[in-house]
Amino acid sequence: MSTMTLLEAANKAMQHEMANDERVVVFGEDVGLKGGVFGTTQGLQNEFGDDRCFDTPLSECGILGTAVGMALYGLRPIAEIQFLDFIYPGFDQIVSEAAKMRYRSGGEYTCPMVIRSPYGGGIRGGHYHSQSSEAYFCHTPGLKVVIPSTPADTKGLLIASIRDEDPVMFLEPKRIYRTAKGEVPDGEHVVPLGKGRVVREGSDCTIVAYGAMVPLVEKAALEAEKQGKSMEIIDPRSLVPLDEELILESVKKTGRCVIVHEAPRTCGYGGEIAAIIAEKAIEYLEGPIARVTGFDTPFPYALENLYMPDVRRVMSGIAKTFNW
Amino acid sequence: MTSKALSIIENDGRAAKGKDPNLSDEELRRIYEIMVMTRVMDDKGLVLQRRGGIGFYLQSTGQEASHIGSAYAMLDSDWFFPAYRQPGILLLRGVPLDDIVNEWFGNDGDTSKGRQMPVHYSFRSVNFVSISSPIGTQLSQAAGAAMGAQMRGDDTVFMTYCGDGGTSSNDFHAGLNFAGVYKAPVVFVVENNQWAISVPFQKQTAAETIAAKAQAYGMPGIRVDGNDVLAVYRASKEAVDRARKGEGPTLIETVTYRMGSHSSSDDADRYRDKKEWEAWGKRDPILRFQKYLQQKGLWDAEFETEVQTRSKQEINDAVKRAELRSLPAPESMFDDVFMNQTPQIKEQREDFLALEGEADEAQGEFPL
Repeated sequence: MSTMTLLEAANKAMQHEMANDERVVVFGEDVGLKGGVFGTTQGLQNEFGDDRCFDTPLSECGILGTAVGMALYGLRPIAEIQFLDFIYPGFDQIVSEAAKMRYRSGGEYTCPMVIRSPYGGGIRGGHYHSQSSEAYFCHTPGLKVVIPSTPADTKGLLIASIRDEDPVMFLEPKRIYRTAKGEVPDGEHVVPLGKGRVVREGSDCTIVAYGAMVPLVEKAALEAEKQGKSMEIIDPRSLVPLDEELILESVKKTGRCVIVHEAPRTCGYGGEIAAIIAEKAIEYLEGPIARVTGFDTPFPYALENLYMPDVRRVMSGIAKTFNW
Repeated sequence: MTSKALSIIENDGRAAKGKDPNLSDEELRRIYEIMVMTRVMDDKGLVLQRRGGIGFYLQSTGQEASHIGSAYAMLDSDWFFPAYRQPGILLLRGVPLDDIVNEWFGNDGDTSKGRQMPVHYSFRSVNFVSISSPIGTQLSQAAGAAMGAQMRGDDTVFMTYCGDGGTSSNDFHAGLNFAGVYKAPVVFVVENNQWAISVPFQKQTAAETIAAKAQAYGMPGIRVDGNDVLAVYRASKEAVDRARKGEGPTLIETVTYRMGSHSSSDDADRYRDKKEWEAWGKRDPILRFQKYLQQKGLWDAEFETEVQTRSKQEINDAVKRAELRSLPAPESMFDDVFMNQTPQIKEQREDFLALEGEADEAQGEFPL
């Protein structure tokens, strides 16, 4: 075990897999010489050479299109998109190409590749360095969507994503890149995709949260405990595939559920979780499901602290499941 | 950069002095047979669509020299990232006609399992990468695959295609730019057929030629008469050889003409000048090649009858066999989304199958 940040854990996962499998290559804007604008890829070019970790021209379309081509040819590309907000010029390559290749070719061609990208707010980055657009990708059959919230999960999930036979969007919560610190197993550490994590056991209400919202709802759970309410926290870790069982089991036990994400509410992933609970566990509910989310507005630069869910809003959401 | 296109077969059928690629008689006849077969197949595809046998068809008529001539320069181990107007490559690579025709029908013999509309082929066995409809996406993919081969030290060469419309796409810029920067072993063949559905070449770009664009990406740009199979082959062979030697990518513009409509859903007579179409018809790539073969003593009326009859017979037989097949199994809809079905897909599949079973029992009723 070593103690490290979430960012360092991402770096260690890539280093581990590059050493383990020569098909793994890492590329994107500024990932080589500089080691990434956040430093996630630092040291990889030095250790593995500029054939395996390299800078590209400034084109998300090109980064993702070439990644698809490399994956088709048998490599295991890890393409970094500097900020998730910049991904749209390459959106076509993700949703129309990588995600559909296996299906449209009848299983002949596959795209085992990882698209890594920092996402989410709380770093004073305005619209274009702050958004949480995971829902676009979850809505595309053929894509897996993974979001870690701890250093250990970051390493384990990223290694699993690199080894996966299908394309994976690996979204890194940049707000907690350096603030999330924890023990990470050395060497081989794999966390399978599709298995959620019980962050905290509780009995009165379930909170489902992912990414940077996990440490936030942990704080809210402590507040709730002071008021005699016991919170269970579930981190699904991958949105596609989703560990429905874990969420349903928890909600059946607690009878209540609050879903927290920083993305806008309408058609956000919280709506999917709420619908699953309504379809499969409505008879266990003792109160309405509550969603605590970003607002249906573009991401506001100066007011980001008010836009993003905070402890106060999570508490308010919890209260709604009890008082109605 | 000259706008003059490389041309080899002259009006009298002879090769321009010093330019004949000197293919063997056997090779020349094979290329001709594949060009004829491609046209016969395209004719059949459109007729079949008109009769309601298949839902859609898209012809390559007029562009046989352009795509077959270029593809002929590749080795079997090389890869194609095609657009949707290069069906002759499949014939060149020996894909059985049954496999091609089954794809049109999307039946249970379709190797792509009926997942795509007609002519969107995928044949991994011959390194022919799955075709998509969005324009240009294959260009950056080809560059990426070529970069991959380079990293692994393989000497594979990649050839990718688009039309004049495709040169306006994001991926054209991205693909050529990446290929240029990394000196990737890829040949970009732009079949300039003058029309992107109803939009003419002049509205696609203000550049005089497409080949001229190569300069901005730091690679050679070659303009070739796309209806002259020998010229296309010669330019492509040089480009493929350069790529294999590690000398980087090439952009080839084949100047040709889309003799048919864009697809079975389009009617080019509504926007195209008949005179333009007639003029290009006189430059038919198959007739042009025929003249060359004739003056070399490799073509006569008897040979033509034999090739035509055999081609028609083979395609008709393949269609008859395809018509007898069934749709893919309903539950196959849920396969190949991922390597393993997610719990969500499994559940949807089970619900679907349960309802299918009920429908049989209920005989059209919808009990609540």
